[in-house]
Amino acid sequence: MSPAVAVLRRELRSYFVTPVAYVFLVIFLVLSGILTFYVGDFYDRGIADLQPFFVMHPWLYLILVPAVSMRLWAEEAKSGTQELLLTLPINLWQAMLGKFLAAWIFVGLALLLTFPVWITVNYLGSPDNGIIIAGYIGSWLMAGAFLAIGACLSTVTSSQVVAFILTAVVCVLLILAGQSQVLDFFQGALPRRLVNGVAHLSMLRHYEAIARGVLDVRDLLYFVLTIAAWLTAGVLVLDMKRSH
Amino acid sequence: MIETDKLTKRYGHLTAVDALSIYAEPGQVLGLLGPNGAGKTTAMRMIAGFLAPTSGTARVCGHDVIKEPLKARRALGYLPEGAPSYGEMTVREFLVFIMRMRGLRSDVGRRRFDDVVSHLQLEEALGVSVDTLSKGLRRRVGLAQAILHDPPVLMLDEPTDGLDPNQKHAVRRLIDTMARERTILISTHLLEEVHALCNRVVIIAGGQLRADATPAELEARSRYHGAVSFSAQGSGISQEMLGRLPQVAGIEVDPLDGRITVFPKPGERILEPVETLLRQQGLEISEIQLERGRLDEVFRQITLGAETETQA
Repeated sequence: MSPAVAVLRRELRSYFVTPVAYVFLVIFLVLSGILTFYVGDFYDRGIADLQPFFVMHPWLYLILVPAVSMRLWAEEAKSGTQELLLTLPINLWQAMLGKFLAAWIFVGLALLLTFPVWITVNYLGSPDNGIIIAGYIGSWLMAGAFLAIGACLSTVTSSQVVAFILTAVVCVLLILAGQSQVLDFFQGALPRRLVNGVAHLSMLRHYEAIARGVLDVRDLLYFVLTIAAWLTAGVLVLDMKRSH
Repeated sequence: MIETDKLTKRYGHLTAVDALSIYAEPGQVLGLLGPNGAGKTTAMRMIAGFLAPTSGTARVCGHDVIKEPLKARRALGYLPEGAPSYGEMTVREFLVFIMRMRGLRSDVGRRRFDDVVSHLQLEEALGVSVDTLSKGLRRRVGLAQAILHDPPVLMLDEPTDGLDPNQKHAVRRLIDTMARERTILISTHLLEEVHALCNRVVIIAGGQLRADATPAELEARSRYHGAVSFSAQGSGISQEMLGRLPQVAGIEVDPLDGRITVFPKPGERILEPVETLLRQQGLEISEIQLERGRLDEVFRQITLGAETETQA
């Protein structure tokens, strides 16, 4: 078995031996429910789709994803197991990928457990299930991007709290980058192309495009590249720390 | 085989390891000795591939740790300082994880697993989570992890640190039995360990190599090497007589228990003349001893010498 798979299995298991995983799952499911039904006006809209459900996900992830990713490297640095892990025959990429995938699978599981919402909407009406599937894919990709950011920032510190805060800050910036208020603010000060560039960086814009049911290659590519870029950055940080 | 070639690690202005070149071959237990902060752990971390050297390199079984890191690590079993392991896993899970990381096939792996577990007497701890283990057991789990893949080279950073005397003894016996076909590098600041385990010693201080010798050679450097010490009654007179012996360089009396140590001139053997003299004097000797040399004294001499040098 590849050492990356060994790391993945160990990480995934470690989520479930502590109560953290269950607490996370419960909070995720409860919050996604509350936000959908109360804040998102699920019933009053009178439309059988999961738009109110998916719209809330970026904000939900903002709090919950850093909580999952903060421990990935910070904990190992703190407890000294990083020295054990990185002197085993594994390269940094395999270790990073194993950890990231474990976290991504875990969040994917949380996402899958929201299936009662999907059942509900199918019971109440006849939604376009293709759009819903696209929404789930988009949501999972966005979670992956957040996790990659978290995995990277978890390498820079041995404090999980610091890793959490850094990740949340970067994620909120990436969400807000596409909001019209933010763009308007920059409109006067920056050249138009730069403002457009900032807008393209926004998680929200690409996520919403996918969640509307439009699976554009560019939006998919955005998430894949974001994940790859942040994981690469994380590996570089680890490598830099090695040579100090 | 472990070989370092001008291995150097700098942190800004601080040089933690300074052009360290050491060599250890199969069958050898090389002790890396030095005061705390001498650079032992940093040197080991570079050999293990956890830290990248600023310059120089190291080879494990001929594999360069920079150019062929994975091959070097496969040949190496490493117990990091403090024997870190994943606290939330049980001992069994932890060792299985290491087996997977090492890519041990299940049939070979199972046999090694059983071997190592019985060797280190971990049977009863297998189902217990690492967090709840005692310090001694945790150290043994760390050792198990290091030898699971039957590596030709073993590197142990302070393997007996924090263990009680019985546990120390057990760990030393284990290292001893493993030493025959393997290359073993252990770091320690315990001098007793050198006697008990090592057939060669490298002393470093301030990141630099200060001595590379066998324990016996080091002892020979001691002022006490070849000295004769004894306890006797009414030895006040004999001191003067002893001082007149042509082979004797000096005499010291322990102010606490009155034990007398007689130092030889270089190259002289003084046990016999001293004994004869004492007998002639008709002194009642309760005990007499030929000293091999004191490692702690040599250690101090070598490492403190280094410090004053760097200060100057």
